[in-house]
Amino acid sequence: MNILELKDISMIYGQVRALSNVCLSVGQGEWLAIMGPSGSGKTTMMNIIGCMDKPSSGSVLLDGEELSKLTPSELTAIRRDKIGLIFQQFHLITYLTALENVMVAQYYHSMTDEKEALLALERVGLADRAKHLPSQLSGGEQQRVCIARALINYPRLILADEPTGNLDETNERIVLNILRGLHDAGTTIIVVTHDPEVAFEADRTVYLEHGRVADVVKKIEGTAAACASEAQDLVYAAKA
Amino acid sequence: MFFRMLTGALLRQRGRMAMIALTMALGASISTAMLNVMFDVGDKVNQELKSYGANLVVVPRGASILGDLYGAAEGDETPKPDKFLAEEELPRIKTIFWAFNIVDFAPYLDTKALIRGPGVTAEAPVAGTWFDKRFDAPTGESVETGIARMKSWWDVKGSWAEDGSPCCEASGMIGANLASKLGVGPGDKVFVSEKSEAPVTIKGVVNSGGAEDDWLFAPLWLVQGISGRQGLVSRIEASALTTPENDLARRAARDPNSLSRHEWDTWYCTAYISSIAYQIEEVISNSRAKPVLQVAESEGAILQKTQLLMLLLTALSMACASLAISNLVTASVMERSAEIGLIKAVGASLFEVSSLIITETMITALVGGAAGYFAGMGFAQLIGHTVFGSAIAARMVVIPLVALLVIAVAVAGSLPAIRLILSLRPAEVLHGR
Repeated sequence: MNILELKDISMIYGQVRALSNVCLSVGQGEWLAIMGPSGSGKTTMMNIIGCMDKPSSGSVLLDGEELSKLTPSELTAIRRDKIGLIFQQFHLITYLTALENVMVAQYYHSMTDEKEALLALERVGLADRAKHLPSQLSGGEQQRVCIARALINYPRLILADEPTGNLDETNERIVLNILRGLHDAGTTIIVVTHDPEVAFEADRTVYLEHGRVADVVKKIEGTAAACASEAQDLVYAAKA
Repeated sequence: MFFRMLTGALLRQRGRMAMIALTMALGASISTAMLNVMFDVGDKVNQELKSYGANLVVVPRGASILGDLYGAAEGDETPKPDKFLAEEELPRIKTIFWAFNIVDFAPYLDTKALIRGPGVTAEAPVAGTWFDKRFDAPTGESVETGIARMKSWWDVKGSWAEDGSPCCEASGMIGANLASKLGVGPGDKVFVSEKSEAPVTIKGVVNSGGAEDDWLFAPLWLVQGISGRQGLVSRIEASALTTPENDLARRAARDPNSLSRHEWDTWYCTAYISSIAYQIEEVISNSRAKPVLQVAESEGAILQKTQLLMLLLTALSMACASLAISNLVTASVMERSAEIGLIKAVGASLFEVSSLIITETMITALVGGAAGYFAGMGFAQLIGHTVFGSAIAARMVVIPLVALLVIAVAVAGSLPAIRLILSLRPAEVLHGR
């Protein structure tokens, strides 16, 4: 069963076609990586999937709900209830502690629960840093707080934008392990990345070029690096 | 959580919040000072405008008003009134609806008498009056009034006379021209005689530049005694705080009976000079109260303009504060756009984000407003002592007014920032697109 379906999505900014007739399906519990050079439309696709933008044309079905016809406040509600966001720049509120940063998402979702927020920090290995301000945390720790914040409301879909982009190798491994754990627990994950190491963890990798899906690669179980191009999953923007 | 975010935001932006508080404090201080002065300016301006003279003259019905005006007392036209008012009714003036607007009043018993100085005797106009009389009004209020309060602009050489009583020797004031004619000055004694004679010790020589310079002013009881008019006065001068006349007041002045019931109530319950005059006529038997319109209208107009000026300054200061606050709050929101974008991204509604910003601004503005109120009270006293030479009373009504203004300014100042929040897209600030 698909949790997300993009049908013929186009996004036009003035003269620029950021996305052009993109079609894509993401199954429940799948880990999808989106790769592509700068300007290929990754972030635009991310914003549309994350209910932070609406496509110029086409339809987006998230958990069976058509997003392109929703009002901004309805999109906010979808984002709040179904999506967890992880950012490359972490975007933690600087004057709140790690624990409070996690609780912010609880507060705007329903109600705060300090114990639950602490548990979320424990899941990312930061229980002992709960009372620290972001400025007192390393980049890797800040990203883990960001992940804890994304998880706290048990979203159906985790959207991660370059989650390891600002991290060293050690922290990258820690973050990937956390994401792998989430995936194993059945959470759907979509990761935008430049990093093949990250993409390698995904069940499937979508390559974007000039706003179109150029290739889709599926991970073959049991192999280390070999990926096979799956012609049947290629969704070219034939109409363009 | 809301309060944690609020506290965090307030503490983190101490500098900017201090600027907002300071701006609000400045606006609130000016508003507090202007509003306090505005509410107190009536009394103060009235004190200043006393130099215009009385704005009401009460004479016996049927008597000529000309005699009330000093101009008519020149040459041989010194008044010799034949109709009188009862002195015992004077305290009733402080019982009318607008009693508190009657700032001061003084009775006069005018006559012409022979005045004998050390070497010269002359016939001159004499006015029996209250210099600084204290009495208890029928309402129980203790009233101090008299010409010492009403003629504060007189240039007096020596000191003001006292009212005294018939058991003691009387003191009086003499006009500069008459003093020169009689060759007397402060401390000298003159004898005043009409039907009987009485000594008067001159306490002060008056130089007013007007008809008063030819008069002798003696205690009312003394003139009543020498003229044989016990308990009588020929006119009353009153100084009243008034509202500028309008069409309704002018129509009422012509004929109060021409007004409808509603108009009559409005007129009666407004401090028009004509309605105050009407009310005085109601309490003083057989009297006619004449407004000195050029004085009354000037006073009312000056008072109204002064109050309007204060209101405009209040509005202007608050408008400036609002503009400054709107700039500061907008700059703050722009600086915090990533934070606000994040809050929106995790599911905050526009109302929730806006209420966070408005609450931050409101708390800061109220703190600044409270500080501004106390500073404004200081400014008000400074204005009072510098401009009017006396303190400005602290009016309680100013507190809610300033609080409302501060809230209104904080909300108005937050509006551009709210507009910015509404248009702020999380995708732009979090992902750069």
